[in-house]
Amino acid sequence: MRASTARRNTIYGLLFALPWIIGFLAFTAYPILASLYYSFTEFVGIGTPKWIGGENYYNLFHDELFWTSLYNTVYYVSLAVPIGFVIGLGLALLLNSNLKEVGIYRTLVYLPYVLPAVAVGFIWLWMLNPYYGLVNLFLNAVFHIQGPGWFSDPKWAKPAFVMLAQWGAGGSAVIFLSAIKDVPREMLESAEIDGAGWWTKFSKIIIPMISPVILYHIITALFGGFQIFTTAYIATNGAPANSTLFYVLYLYRNAFQYGKMGYASAMAWILFILVLIITLIIFRTSARWVFYQGGE
Amino acid sequence: MNLRWFLSKVVTRLVLILVSALYLVPIFWMFTTSIKDMSQVMAYPPIWWPDPPKWHNYVEAVNYIPFGQYTLNTILICAGNIVGVLFSCPLVAYSISKIKWRGRNFLFMLILSTMLIPFPVTMVPLFVVFARLGWINTFTPLILPAFFGGGAFNIFLLRQFFLTIPEELSDAARIDGASEFGIYSRIILPLIKPILIVIALFTFLGAWNDFMGPLIYLQDEAKYTLALGLQMYRSTNYVEWPLLMAAATIVVIPTIIAFYFTQNTIVESVTLTGLKG
Repeated sequence: MRASTARRNTIYGLLFALPWIIGFLAFTAYPILASLYYSFTEFVGIGTPKWIGGENYYNLFHDELFWTSLYNTVYYVSLAVPIGFVIGLGLALLLNSNLKEVGIYRTLVYLPYVLPAVAVGFIWLWMLNPYYGLVNLFLNAVFHIQGPGWFSDPKWAKPAFVMLAQWGAGGSAVIFLSAIKDVPREMLESAEIDGAGWWTKFSKIIIPMISPVILYHIITALFGGFQIFTTAYIATNGAPANSTLFYVLYLYRNAFQYGKMGYASAMAWILFILVLIITLIIFRTSARWVFYQGGE
Repeated sequence: MNLRWFLSKVVTRLVLILVSALYLVPIFWMFTTSIKDMSQVMAYPPIWWPDPPKWHNYVEAVNYIPFGQYTLNTILICAGNIVGVLFSCPLVAYSISKIKWRGRNFLFMLILSTMLIPFPVTMVPLFVVFARLGWINTFTPLILPAFFGGGAFNIFLLRQFFLTIPEELSDAARIDGASEFGIYSRIILPLIKPILIVIALFTFLGAWNDFMGPLIYLQDEAKYTLALGLQMYRSTNYVEWPLLMAAATIVVIPTIIAFYFTQNTIVESVTLTGLKG
């Protein structure tokens, strides 16, 4: 009886999971292996891939644009992720107030996060227009300074994308906020009785209590950051002077504009390994700063 | 003490109003640009509310590109994705949470690990396969995968919901001779209708906002989605800013509506998913 129940459960378990398993094999597992194979071939997308060993990887290491795109992306990620963390957490702390209309503020701050990336790219291309954009008009009117060319200035184009990313900080703010709301009140109250100030409560109670959410946020933000594509494709498409040629943008060009599918696959695998290493390092160090309440 | 409390409340409120305004300004600027003519667009100092507003921009914007066709294309893709996700996602979530079988924990880890795969890794081979099947310039590559996946985050969210449903409910039905699929479709699914609606809205947002997928698979202009179509208000050296902003406003409105209905769930999802540890 027991054995047959176990068998019955296994059959049903597999049956219910079948669509996902088929999808995993067809749309995830096979493409991963295929792209690894393509990365060692010369392949235009049709016909048979031609095995060329490690040549794509060798060429990549000698491709100036590859290094430019990697540099641009690392530059962007190392600014956008920490700034995004601080702004997201700051917004969450502000929104944690008990003002009665706080829901309205939360909605307004969160809203930009759900807008289509294409629209966001165009909105900011317009906001940061050197002549008619609101940002430079504002800088001129209030501070009497001539704003930079933003997306048309190689020095300011990357910072412009870092800024643009902060418009979506409401997404992480809302997640931080709900984690902060779950911090037990008694814990904060007894700390207050013990004379703990604002900073002590924040750094000794709130931060450790929400650290699992911080870990989740940092990993997803890194993944998103390394894969920046749509806003860049819309606002600059790599210009000026390749200063915003981000990694996935260059990969996309290789695959779908230059027909270098093998080369693009090698790029994809380098990205894959890079983000996996970073994730692994973060997980390893997280044991030191992420605090789990036990439970599940 | 009381004065301090009062002051901190006033300061918090002021800061929040300022920050909210800051986040709202680009959306407002998009909208106000959409009802300006070119001279109002270039006016200095900037015009906050044009007089007279040029509402006709909206008529021009929807006639500038095949807007109706693109709307229809986008809706078709969204609908296909919603149906697909609502079919596949609860099934696998049920398997890993309500059926006690040996592989379920492994499967759950496998589902979570798919979150760690950047899209560019699978992008090229998927394109090659879909091209061989003759599916380029069709909506199939943008819809079909939804029927065989459902998205790791959605599955995770649903699993957490399923786990809160008491086992006794299924056990009682089992004793009454209900089949596993009967329990799933007649007892469990009706219980989670609200979260299914939210997942449908998430899926809508994802499909409506998607740019890279359509960019890769749809090259024929007649097959474009709205996200792709927005690019057509721009030529090599000229942008029809008022028309583009009018079109962007129209494209953005459905996402705001969907957002309005999902925001509370997103806020609660952290608690629900046990992400807090």
